[in-house]
Amino acid sequence: MSAWLEIKDLSAKVGEKEILKGLSLSVGKGEIHVLMGPNGSGKSTLSNVLCGDPMYEVTGGSVTFKGKDLLAESIEERACDGIFMAFQRPVEIPGVTMTTFMKYALNARRRAAGLSEMDAVSFIKRLKIRAKAFDISEEMLKRPVNVGFSGGEKKRMENLQMAVLEPDFCILDEMDAGLDVDAVKVAGAGVQIMRGPERTFFVISHNIGFLREQIKPDFVHILVGGRVVANGGTELMDEVEKNGFSRFYKEA
Amino acid sequence: MAEEKLSVRDAVSDTYKYGFTTNVASETAPKGLSEDVIRFISAKKNEPDWLTEFRLKAYRHWLTMAEPHWGMIAYDPIDYQDIYYYSAPKTATAPKKLEDVDPELLKTYDKLGVPLQERAALAGVAVDAVFDSVSVATTFREKLAEKGIVFCSISEAVQLHPDLVRRFLGSVVPYTDNFFACLNAAVFSDGTFVYIPKGVRCPMELSTYFRINAQKTGQFERTLIIADDDSYVSYLEGCTAPQRDENQLHAAIVEIVVMNNAEVKYSTVQNWYPGDKNGKGGIYNFVTKRGLCKGVNAKLSWTQVETGSALTWKYPSCVLAGDNSRGEFYSVAITNNYQQADTGTKMIHLGRGTTSTIVSKGISAGHSQNTYRGLVRMGKGAENARNFSQCDSLLIGGSCGAHTLPNMVSANPTASVEHEATTSKISDEQLYYCRQRGLSAEESVSLIVNGFCKDVMQKLPMEFAIEATRLVAVSLEGSVG
Repeated sequence: MSAWLEIKDLSAKVGEKEILKGLSLSVGKGEIHVLMGPNGSGKSTLSNVLCGDPMYEVTGGSVTFKGKDLLAESIEERACDGIFMAFQRPVEIPGVTMTTFMKYALNARRRAAGLSEMDAVSFIKRLKIRAKAFDISEEMLKRPVNVGFSGGEKKRMENLQMAVLEPDFCILDEMDAGLDVDAVKVAGAGVQIMRGPERTFFVISHNIGFLREQIKPDFVHILVGGRVVANGGTELMDEVEKNGFSRFYKEA
Repeated sequence: MAEEKLSVRDAVSDTYKYGFTTNVASETAPKGLSEDVIRFISAKKNEPDWLTEFRLKAYRHWLTMAEPHWGMIAYDPIDYQDIYYYSAPKTATAPKKLEDVDPELLKTYDKLGVPLQERAALAGVAVDAVFDSVSVATTFREKLAEKGIVFCSISEAVQLHPDLVRRFLGSVVPYTDNFFACLNAAVFSDGTFVYIPKGVRCPMELSTYFRINAQKTGQFERTLIIADDDSYVSYLEGCTAPQRDENQLHAAIVEIVVMNNAEVKYSTVQNWYPGDKNGKGGIYNFVTKRGLCKGVNAKLSWTQVETGSALTWKYPSCVLAGDNSRGEFYSVAITNNYQQADTGTKMIHLGRGTTSTIVSKGISAGHSQNTYRGLVRMGKGAENARNFSQCDSLLIGGSCGAHTLPNMVSANPTASVEHEATTSKISDEQLYYCRQRGLSAEESVSLIVNGFCKDVMQKLPMEFAIEATRLVAVSLEGSVG
């Protein structure tokens, strides 16, 4: 019986460059995991490989998600199975409003789950309640997807999409990067509002204050050279804060 | 909200859903083109002598002309003697009432989603349905007549309003204009005639629905719209054809005359059969559309969504003669597989203070070629005239082509012409982002393309906007992955 999410000896490359080199990790339902590590250690690569980004080629290992072979599924199948990525730099889609985009996404997932599509009135209701929680105005919902948004607004919108789509495995890739103090607080709101026994989070960040105050993780993993070199709790964050990654380099 | 009724999944599940054929007995002219065939058509329609002469003059001139080949479209030579120039469903010569229309034909339009049953018709749309060469039904005529509006087939207009037809037919597009317009003048079979009297605002959308059914048949319809002083009309045009392996010729003319302070909005959703994914079959669409803003403050707006046809050669134009008159052209042209489109507009500024706006969105996928060709001409008298043009191209995949050929000529130093152009591709990042949220690759492309065309789609009347949004999805099927 494998874990809810079981990553075994996963290797992946981008172009000719091997980035993940036999990474293993077991994750349970309802847990909050933090991934830390120096730049280039494979945190973002792992996230994108789990989502199925075609830029990366899996060269070995396996990933089992809810008992299924995740790597055999398309990007959208994985998304409909509950995997969600809050992007560090979400891309712009001119001419498509945030509202339309989220409605299409939600209905695609409902169809995949064998449910009927949500009608406009119910959807708008669902959207407005959640938008309020992230301090997003109706005007922002009418703007095209990520076009002309500030860094903080983009993060709020990623959070909102997460709240509207209600995935059960959320990956947050450097949600706090490049934000001022107030915006960092808003970035953490997604985890705070959505955490619960039915939902698992992967949070990637270098900001220990953010992780400690906003995220409050159950588990911390240190990645170096495309592998997990240490598993533990918040004490690993304390150690990184004090000494950096030097000890873990040696272990790698 | 237009998108509410759209289900992209439904839309992409069928390729060309209008490709069926209707079994009706039809009456055709002998194959090929000659003075006899033209006399046959004219006689069939019981036309006055002046019109028969008009046709024959055009035919004789056509014999001296050569098919134009400056467009960026390549095709096998057309054998003009291998085409039937007249085909009419036998039962539908002149139905007076809807009850008289062949039930088979009503069923056809029902299948196409065109509301001919007035009681079931969408509020505010009057329809003229043209099947092969003849108009089979025109709805809401009596209601429109109360306001003095004439909305009928052009054949009827020749009988009922000969003075109007004689005065304006060929006044905007003379038979000498170009090869295909000349051919049309010789053999045009039917089409729609609209006259909006002085000071009348047409209370509903007027619409013509063109359908090619018969095999080896060309369709040569001719539409004439006259908006008298201070009037307004919004007119819609839709087209489909059965799926056939051969190429069928379609050479139409639309002429519009806009008087003082009048306004005409002309919208087209062109969905002729585009051919199969290997480029076999499809309609050759050679169309001349032109409007004359004759009066002061006259306004003419063309909006087109072009998704069908194997070949498209079409440049809806505005001649801005009246002072302060205004021309607009909003276009979305989508080509996929082996489709070729060479389309754009001409804005001819003659009067003082005339303005024009051009927004063109070209989307190419598969092995298709998509060309924007435009002309903005500022005449000597075009004091302080202004034009703004924006031409954006979007490429999907690496085997298609997009070309932008804007021409600008100015003979007046006070006139200003502005042109902006962009070319972009759907990025891998955009596709990844959409798919990560749960959309399939095709749904993602359709959403991104609809976003790209939004400025133009918004110009369409609501009912057409829904249809057009669906069409975007259908015509891009198979363009990714």
